[in-house]
Amino acid sequence: MAIELRVPTILRTYTKGEKAVSGAGGTLAELFDDLEARNPGLKERIVEGEPEELRRFVNVYVNDEDVRFTGGLKTGVKDGDVVVVLPAVAGG
Amino acid sequence: MLIIDSAGYDAIVAHARRDHPDEACGVVAGPAGSDRPERFIPMLNAAMSPTFYEFDSGDLLRLYKEMDDRDEEPVVIYHSHTATEAYPSRTDINLAQEPGAHYVLVSTRDGADSPSYDGPVEFRSYRIIDGAVTEEDVKIVPDYSNLGDN
Repeated sequence: MAIELRVPTILRTYTKGEKAVSGAGGTLAELFDDLEARNPGLKERIVEGEPEELRRFVNVYVNDEDVRFTGGLKTGVKDGDVVVVLPAVAGG
Repeated sequence: MLIIDSAGYDAIVAHARRDHPDEACGVVAGPAGSDRPERFIPMLNAAMSPTFYEFDSGDLLRLYKEMDDRDEEPVVIYHSHTATEAYPSRTDINLAQEPGAHYVLVSTRDGADSPSYDGPVEFRSYRIIDGAVTEEDVKIVPDYSNLGDN
């Protein structure tokens, strides 16, 4: 078992075209660090700043729950969870 | 070039006119790889603003899961400008994150929100990839029956 991350089209250049990748970690931050090791460049498109935060126009869901309401990058994850990343559809 | 049927075209324009002065937004989904916008899906503008639009995050997840289940993709992503021309703003360009989509812009600045308005409504389509905007022709067809598989 592992944690599955569903990758949006625009970020598949960092996952060799894969629609989903697997990783490990106790929190979202740890999961993104783990995934970054095998998918260089992916994390930077999802998080930014110091301390790291989710990018404003990227939505992340753990088991269909928007993580902005569950602690952001500190949101706990476990084996079997499904993490979905979706760029916001937005503009001016 | 964007090829869209008149039903889809009319639905986008009607949505833009209805939501004026706020920006209207939505998607026309189609079978993955077909480049054929078939299923009109108006979305709520969570920003409820005349100068900004954003899909609600819960709506966005439901939309993408539904398209995934149906093997669809967002062929058209549309929104309206209510005081300016139908050309992507700097914000539109910075936030465009669907390189495969036709970004459709409609402008209601000429009074198209009025029920009595019967003039033309600006309807233009673009590719927006890595910050580069390319306008494309729009062809409106009665339906897709004569276009073969594409």
